[in-house]
Amino acid sequence: MTETIDQIFVILKHWLVGHVPTAVEPIVSELLSVVPIILLFPLLFALITVMERKGLGRIQNRYGPNRVGPCGILQPIADGIKTLTKENIVPHSADKVVHLLAPLLLVMATFLGYAVLPVGRNMVAANMDAGVLFFFAVGSMTELSVFMAGWSSRNKYSLLGAMRAIAQMISYEVPLILSSVTVIMAAGTLSTVSIVEQQSGYTGIFPHWFVFTPWGFAGFVLFMIAATAESNRSPFDLPEGESELIAGYYTEYSGFKFALFFLAEYLGMMSISGMAITLFLGGWAAPLSFLTWIPSYLWFFGKLFFFIAGFIWIRGTLPRLRMDQLMNFAWKFMLPMALINLVTAGVWRFMPTGILRWLVCSAMVVAPYVLLGRGFMLGKRLEKRTYRFAD
Amino acid sequence: MTLPFTIIAALTIAGAVAAMSLRNLVHCVLALTLAFAGLAGMYLLLGAQFVGFAQILVYIGAIAILTVFAILLTRGTEPDAFLDLPSAWVSNSVIVAAVFGVLVWAVHSSPLSRRTLPPPPQITVRQIGFALMDRFVLPLEVIGLLLTAALIGAVILAMHEKQAAK
Repeated sequence: MTETIDQIFVILKHWLVGHVPTAVEPIVSELLSVVPIILLFPLLFALITVMERKGLGRIQNRYGPNRVGPCGILQPIADGIKTLTKENIVPHSADKVVHLLAPLLLVMATFLGYAVLPVGRNMVAANMDAGVLFFFAVGSMTELSVFMAGWSSRNKYSLLGAMRAIAQMISYEVPLILSSVTVIMAAGTLSTVSIVEQQSGYTGIFPHWFVFTPWGFAGFVLFMIAATAESNRSPFDLPEGESELIAGYYTEYSGFKFALFFLAEYLGMMSISGMAITLFLGGWAAPLSFLTWIPSYLWFFGKLFFFIAGFIWIRGTLPRLRMDQLMNFAWKFMLPMALINLVTAGVWRFMPTGILRWLVCSAMVVAPYVLLGRGFMLGKRLEKRTYRFAD
Repeated sequence: MTLPFTIIAALTIAGAVAAMSLRNLVHCVLALTLAFAGLAGMYLLLGAQFVGFAQILVYIGAIAILTVFAILLTRGTEPDAFLDLPSAWVSNSVIVAAVFGVLVWAVHSSPLSRRTLPPPPQITVRQIGFALMDRFVLPLEVIGLLLTAALIGAVILAMHEKQAAK
């Protein structure tokens, strides 16, 4: 029974495919894999916008949306209708074609990443041999569309925002990929499905997730910091800082194209969280061995919501970084830590199992962290800031 | 000549032609990126997943951005006011066509073009990994060392500039 509920979508798909003529079977099978992704994740995006607005509202001591539907839950529908009926303004001097293509390319590139995410047991759109590589390859396409958006608007704020976004994305892509390389080294495969399989199994009641190793924990933290920067979320939201750049590279977008940028941002956030779950948190596996009766897809989406809640919490709590702080952090702290973490993963692989391995590898993670952190604090005077007019 | 091949080939050639003929430099880069993407699609069509994804990652993700940055940092993107064709364009195009014709003829008549190809092997990423770690481990290590040194060198260069500015 548990097995059936766990596999219900897979069984349903096979049953549906069995009812069409053999000539169109491959196409129908592919459509049945792709269409749920295209339907489900935008729906989740709608849900998350409400979650975020209400969550931020609570953090900032206000209510958030509470007028449309019960507790404001229908707010995204109102938002959708609003953006659809708004006038589509394209600046006179804008590059019309590129201006139109940029949001489309951005949304397309972010959707492509979902192809390799295993959202449940046997539930992946494309089980590719080079799945992780594919994910990062299509992820790098977003940079180009951000540039297209900023440049084609012919607006200095847009161009500044785009340049900031590209510089930030390129800088943080290095630690992002380097920290996931540790998992690829440990798992010995680039396929997302095999990486999840490598983390299955339990010792006692605890799972074999990569996050529960010294290098895995360090890699996970590095990956999540870089992922926050990649998806332009606070505290790394300089490219779209409302107060200084009036929303950065999508300043000149209105109506539904603006909504597409928002969609792409949240889709990117979800897909990169899904990748973090796949790489470090055992994908769709249950966190404790006696919870395996809960269907695998519920675990995946549960973990996804956990990440989204974390993103919202961080956004409500941390102030925005400055540009030089952002770059220094990426190149002087994240990059050395990621490189050291690679070595740690190698040491972990070749040392015999036991307490000594844990001690050595933990020291290899903690010591550079402390030394680097202390090193950068040396020349800085840190004291309580006083504001002349605020006190 | 299957349909996917025709579509991808047409896209690649259209991108390359546009990259050579458009006036606005940034448009040229975007068209060139389309040609890169077409090449990646061609690799995927041939079953070379690894090369195809590496092409996307390196050319679309990095080279295109680098080119765009270079253009924006060095000169304006506005096209030159009047870009005339060189006066000898007739003779130039005749020479180009003649050279191209000779090349086509030479390739077509060579015995190499009539050799039947063996069936393409199914190379998985795992095999590429084993080959890199086994037979080609020295070149890989040397390149890795070189790139890491370049990366750290770039960071150190940036650090020193910062300190001098203070």
